[in-house]
Amino acid sequence: MRALARVIAAAALALTGVPLATGAEPISARLAPCLACHGEQGRSENPGVPSLGGQPEFYLTVQLLLFRDKLRVVELMNAVMQGFSNDDLRAMAATLAKLPPPPPAGGNADAARMEAGRTLAEQNRCNFCHTGNYHGERNVPRLAGQREDYLVKALREYKSNSRRGYDASMADVLYQVSDEQILDLAYFLARRP
Amino acid sequence: MTPHYTALASCLLTALLAVSPVYAQPAAAPEASKPIPPVQPVPSTVPGRPDIPNAEVAKQLSNVAPLPFGAPADQLPTPQLKLPKGFNIEVYASGIANARSLRIGDKGTVFVSNRLLDKVYAVVDRNGKREVKVIASGMDRPNGLVFDRGTLYIAEGTRISKLENIEDNLDNPPKPVVIYSDFLNHQSHGWKFMGLGPDNKLYVNVGAPCNICEPPETNGQLRRINLDGSGAEVVVRGVRNSVGFDWHPVSKELYFTDNGRDWLSEDLPEDELNRVTKTGQHFGFPYCHQGNFTDREMGWGRSCDEFEKPVALLGPHAGVLGMRFYSGKMFPAKYRNAAFIARHGSWNRTKKIGGDIIVAYLNKDGSVKSWEPFLTGFLQNNAYIGRPVDVQVMKDGSLLVSDDHAGAIYRVTYGGGAKVAAR
Repeated sequence: MRALARVIAAAALALTGVPLATGAEPISARLAPCLACHGEQGRSENPGVPSLGGQPEFYLTVQLLLFRDKLRVVELMNAVMQGFSNDDLRAMAATLAKLPPPPPAGGNADAARMEAGRTLAEQNRCNFCHTGNYHGERNVPRLAGQREDYLVKALREYKSNSRRGYDASMADVLYQVSDEQILDLAYFLARRP
Repeated sequence: MTPHYTALASCLLTALLAVSPVYAQPAAAPEASKPIPPVQPVPSTVPGRPDIPNAEVAKQLSNVAPLPFGAPADQLPTPQLKLPKGFNIEVYASGIANARSLRIGDKGTVFVSNRLLDKVYAVVDRNGKREVKVIASGMDRPNGLVFDRGTLYIAEGTRISKLENIEDNLDNPPKPVVIYSDFLNHQSHGWKFMGLGPDNKLYVNVGAPCNICEPPETNGQLRRINLDGSGAEVVVRGVRNSVGFDWHPVSKELYFTDNGRDWLSEDLPEDELNRVTKTGQHFGFPYCHQGNFTDREMGWGRSCDEFEKPVALLGPHAGVLGMRFYSGKMFPAKYRNAAFIARHGSWNRTKKIGGDIIVAYLNKDGSVKSWEPFLTGFLQNNAYIGRPVDVQVMKDGSLLVSDDHAGAIYRVTYGGGAKVAAR
């Protein structure tokens, strides 16, 4: 796994011709390898890889920091974030925050599951912090239109305490949310514009 | 290799070779629309989540996120801070992101911990010029610190470790040696506060892994452990999450702060100051709050008479954290053996309260006579410009205050010409 992370970091380096963390390149060039996976238009096409479009700048800054300092453990992200300064993180987040929000998942939504997800989101008060339209603000991420598989993964990680948040709110909330409910929440949020 | 990694590897390598657009992701398979079942009455909330119909009100109840990077000294709000007449405040150290618990070494080193981040710092004063060094990193919520006879003990989320002879090795710190790790891994209230008891044991909180729930047998307690990690035992139960405690300088009794549950109401419950008079006492969580009412979900069939009552109520959702009894000589006599308590400041309340240091005065019998604000000004226009976490009395009797929002440590002194606007 570690070797693979190195290979990918090397691939990223080859892609841009410079290591990610050197100062000379304009920020857009340095973000190119990020967007290769996360999607250039804010929408990820890759399983397990979140869409970054429409995310609040504060949230992006914090996540980049958590990856760099290995507080949020995803080996590839930890590897590619090494060497960036705090100012680099701020600049990257400011640029990424301009990506357009991803469109909601398409297809004919199952009305019953949408209703179940919406009810769960409101019962658990997701809308308090993630805002009424689930677009997020400050340290709280946008959920609307996020990849369904990523939402499931993130919620399961919070519930199992394997993902660090910037605070413990998500672990608090998920303490009494079942896996079946996680699937419904993700179904609803991925289809929410 | 997990499928997740395979996907990541493929997408980067594909991009590298520029062969084809990355992963043609099939559109979500359209699912046959099912008829909507008859509407069943569903509860508007789940346990521990509130009933708040007003979206504008709800918006004011989300958690307060601290700044990810420590603010430079000249951007700290020192001029807005207020103290009683005759006291001064200065920035002791800045740029320490998420500065949390404070302890002082025998040689005067100030140790500073993290909760959200991964580091433990040492602040060294050389003739008034202070140097900040990282002495441990890559740690898991290393909130709790104890210094004893040359050794720094660090309580992380799931273990306690030690750095021996640390003050002589600040530039080349040893690797932490784990002495105890019998903790569940939980993010909710998983960080630990730690103190050294008069019995020379490490006392540590083991918080409830939730806002409100029946905690596992291993949680919702204060626990004590010998310095070598042996002999762990429960001290008291019914503690939701204590992030500050200290022993009275005269009676040697343990007093601890405890954070009340969230999402009950704007004004209930108040956070508590508790006093331990006997090992094995139960302080009420999750059944009874603030010693006088039962929980709306967990309290049925219980009575507050079953549990120990707090010695003081310190404000609803106020976030009472670090506390120390004042044993120094610099401050006026009335502060002798009084308890300075940091109130981090409420988040689960539309009208914020706390964001200050209060001082509680005790009666001879150990009860609390009264308490009042001491250091204020971190709360401005219902928003925080700083959030106090811990207090620590220095050898000269001055008082250090950590702020995990701006990443700073302040020092409060008395006398020598007041420069701070008295409150």
